[in-house]
Amino acid sequence: MTEVFHLLTGLFSQDSQRDRVVPPTGFAANLTLFTSSVMGFLMVFALALSLAAARLADHWSDALARSATLKIAAPSEQLDHQVEKALAILKTTPGIEQASVLDLNEKRRLLEPWLGSDVPIELLSLPALIDILEDEKGFDSENLRLRLFADVPGGVLDDHTRWRRPLVIAAGRLSALGLFSILLMTGASAAMITLAARAAMSANTQVISVLRLIGATDAYIASAFVRRFSLRALSGAALGSIIAAGLVHFVNGKEDKLSILTGIGFEGLEWLWPIFIPLLIGIVAFFATHRAAKKVLGTLG
Amino acid sequence: MIEFDAASYSYTGGELLSKMSLTITPGAFYFITGPSGSGKTTFLKMCYGALLPNSGKLQIFGRDLRKMTRDDIALMRRNIGVIHQECQFIDHLNVTTNILLPLSVSGQEKLNDNLNLKELLTWVGLKGRSGALPPELSGGERQRAALARAVINSPEIILADEPTGNVDWEMSQRLLQLLIELNKMGKTVLLASHDLSLIRLAKSHVQARVLRIANKRITLAGADL
Repeated sequence: MTEVFHLLTGLFSQDSQRDRVVPPTGFAANLTLFTSSVMGFLMVFALALSLAAARLADHWSDALARSATLKIAAPSEQLDHQVEKALAILKTTPGIEQASVLDLNEKRRLLEPWLGSDVPIELLSLPALIDILEDEKGFDSENLRLRLFADVPGGVLDDHTRWRRPLVIAAGRLSALGLFSILLMTGASAAMITLAARAAMSANTQVISVLRLIGATDAYIASAFVRRFSLRALSGAALGSIIAAGLVHFVNGKEDKLSILTGIGFEGLEWLWPIFIPLLIGIVAFFATHRAAKKVLGTLG
Repeated sequence: MIEFDAASYSYTGGELLSKMSLTITPGAFYFITGPSGSGKTTFLKMCYGALLPNSGKLQIFGRDLRKMTRDDIALMRRNIGVIHQECQFIDHLNVTTNILLPLSVSGQEKLNDNLNLKELLTWVGLKGRSGALPPELSGGERQRAALARAVINSPEIILADEPTGNVDWEMSQRLLQLLIELNKMGKTVLLASHDLSLIRLAKSHVQARVLRIANKRITLAGADL
């Protein structure tokens, strides 16, 4: 804990010479910058995907949770009678706020994506559809099914649970996958930065021996490398994140926010989330470099 | 100040220094002589804690070296200035930054008035080379830069390992003069050299003691310690 405190004070120290002792260029420096930029870029995209999927799950869940459809398929001479009976049952069912029969135009709109706009659906023998809107309390779907079974034999109640649940679950999983990807990328960043820090320290044994000769403690030497690598990772990740956020803003479709393809992006305060990505990578770099420095300095004796 | 008590040092190849017992007194000027490979560098490395004795006791500033942690040794080194024959620097930092580095390491403020740094650079004859990078310096300039870095913290002990090994006679004299000046300011100086003419020159200016290392033993100018 004390070591971390020393490193943190070293990180924010006014002593600019502390990290100047670490050569500013070289393979390890470029690797850190490149890795953190790429990881920052990918993490912002994963975050955007995760948030979009979460939004979609919420929307589907909210939009369909309070609605149900009653489909009545019956011979044409019985259809109106069964519809009337169904409406009567629905009106007396607790938990139902509104029930309305879909007219021909509404049915046409429903079928348009599959049949096109110029199909004379009035000539088709289509079932009657009743759109049901629940109130806050909701209705007992099993009880309603039993009542409908008795009086409306052609009626099939669909409370959307059957297909709503897998969609919401899928969107939720996609969101979790996005967050898991961020976790994996954080781990990969830590591994790469550790590798780069160890390579840098091994390549700079002369710097370390000079520092030790003039009385530098391990904490001082470690903080020099930690500061250099953390700030480099932070700036690389910031660059990657800014580019990714710009691209997300650019590719984000204005037309349909509720599609996973066109809805990837951030909304409102969600735009604050990408700020945390460089900070996350900076923190990861801090601890990864600290661990690497401790190990290398211990090995050098 | 530095006290060896039956201290021995062995490499994997065998014993190099055997049962040394001597005390380095404050303010003295010591020459360490002996043939190549006799252990002069090893002896100096033990004096600043880079090597620990395999047996016996070594105390530096009253503390047993074997009981000190790596950080303790680092803190102790802030009071010891070291100059090697092949002196190392941080090559991407200029001479001034390299010289000021011990101050940064010991958490001191930078030299507030540039006059002190200018005086130091003038004293070691590097006034016009302050912005140069170490690889751009000649052998003599490197030695003088190392000397400036070694004294910037005003240490009590200066250890110089063959500092004149890579420079001409004129530069050797100049470096020796600087070390003599430091000794006159009260610093303890240990200078390893096999250059007898340099020792003779030093003895004409300062009360120097000569320690000879040969056959694993360290002796004082012809007499056993």
